[in-house]
Amino acid sequence: MIDYQSRMNREIQIIKPSAIRKFFDIASEMEDVISLSIGEPDFSTPWHIRQEGIRQLDKGRTHYSPNRGFSELRQELCRWFDRHYGVSYDPGTECLVTVGGSEAIDLCIRTLINPGDEVLIPEPSYVCYVPMTEMAEGVPVIMETKAKDHFRLTPEELLAHITPKTKLLILPYPNNPTGGVMRREHLEAIAKVVIDHDLLVLSDEIYGELTYGDAGHCSMVSIPGMRERTVVVNGFSKAFAMTGWRLGYAMGPKELIAAMTKLHQYVIMSAPTPSQYAAVEALRHGDGDIAYMREQYDMRRRLIVSELNRMGLTCFDPEGAFYVFPSIQKTGLSSDEFCEKLLYEEHVAVVPGTAFGACGEGFVRISYSYSIKHITEALRRIERFVKKYES
Amino acid sequence: MEKVLQLLQENARLSNEQIAVMLNRSTEEVAAAIDDYEKKGIICGYKPLINYEKAGIERASALIELRVTPRKDTGFDAIAEQIMSFEEVESLYLMSGSYDLAVTVNARTMQDIAVFVARRLAPIDGVLSTATHFILHRYKDASVSLQGEEIDEREEQV
Repeated sequence: MIDYQSRMNREIQIIKPSAIRKFFDIASEMEDVISLSIGEPDFSTPWHIRQEGIRQLDKGRTHYSPNRGFSELRQELCRWFDRHYGVSYDPGTECLVTVGGSEAIDLCIRTLINPGDEVLIPEPSYVCYVPMTEMAEGVPVIMETKAKDHFRLTPEELLAHITPKTKLLILPYPNNPTGGVMRREHLEAIAKVVIDHDLLVLSDEIYGELTYGDAGHCSMVSIPGMRERTVVVNGFSKAFAMTGWRLGYAMGPKELIAAMTKLHQYVIMSAPTPSQYAAVEALRHGDGDIAYMREQYDMRRRLIVSELNRMGLTCFDPEGAFYVFPSIQKTGLSSDEFCEKLLYEEHVAVVPGTAFGACGEGFVRISYSYSIKHITEALRRIERFVKKYES
Repeated sequence: MEKVLQLLQENARLSNEQIAVMLNRSTEEVAAAIDDYEKKGIICGYKPLINYEKAGIERASALIELRVTPRKDTGFDAIAEQIMSFEEVESLYLMSGSYDLAVTVNARTMQDIAVFVARRLAPIDGVLSTATHFILHRYKDASVSLQGEEIDEREEQV
């Protein structure tokens, strides 16, 4: 009999499966469950964008695209990026269309990291950075962010983890799971340390368009001196509710984009063709859709934050993405216990904070990418649950 | 405060406190706005949307097209007022196109509606003709699907 385990790559053996799914699988077997655990928009892709995808399929646009993505799309992307974030990129050499933001993250890490290079990762954060770093034989170095700082990375925390082996800082803001954002002044403080220590940055801004408040999203590449040392990753999934179309992109210095394109060429070849045409429509005529969805999320966000704080699951005002990250300490339960008991006793599914790093203990992630009706009913159940355990 | 109307349109049972939080206003402001809408007749009422089929309550509905002769002094208004005073009438609209008034009517049985049309609606002075269309099944009413809740097909990924 073949011992498959011993024949596998040693990195894949140490990578753990994601813990986000743990309760989702149980929840999907149960009746009358309200799941506030999903990490994608509840909106369907706006109709005019879907229509464009259908139109292109009708025309028989079913072939591969150029490796980097259609030039029309890259031009629109660069125009859109400039319009929204005030930074211009050359569509010919500084932009790569990928299969979701996830592919772009993987390409960037594999392009930059040699065995032993240290990669700085703030936590709690999205679950892919550590395993992708490990697959590249890099060394993930975790920096804990704290509720008192609204889960922002502070320059002090960054400085404390830089060593001569540090190569790359991953900056995942607006943040999944905390909803934390880095405003211009916070990015400037980080940029100073990054430039002083000659680091590179992978800025995962997939939730950028879901930034609440008047200021809007500030991209790391708009900070002076950062464009030349940053690969910025973004995509269509969250901003345009296009998760299933699998389309993202990276912008960065042309040397890095060229290297990432080599890898992309061999592993993926090109992003899905109908999706790329639909994306052109989204970029040209989708600003109104983004504004509408952001407004809806914002109303739900206010409601859920206010109700959670009222029932004593304190959370700071998250200014981005569609998650809240309340502290559950007053229940005396661990994150895992809280999620398990809440699911079995009240049929509400949320994700333990520990799925996003050990420092997520004492917190849970609640998604508000659900209708008001579901959110209010789930909050009623959560309140009943909290009352039971606080006494 | 038009947003208040939008939110209530979707769910009239939201509390003033909840609406206030969602719109970043004070509860007093929201209460005053709703009060004002009610006083001015902009918000005309709040009702549940009942799926009678599911409730097992016998109920028939019809959409009736009426052709009428407008009266010299009052046009369609006097006839309309007469028709809307019947409690069976759920809605009444003046229409463009091939007929004049669209009346939706609810009663216990189709027979009751037939009697209503023959005895009360058709004989009204100025009514030229009626065409009664019975509603066989309701799929969606007042923007709400009556087919049961859509299943959330989203999958947790990683």
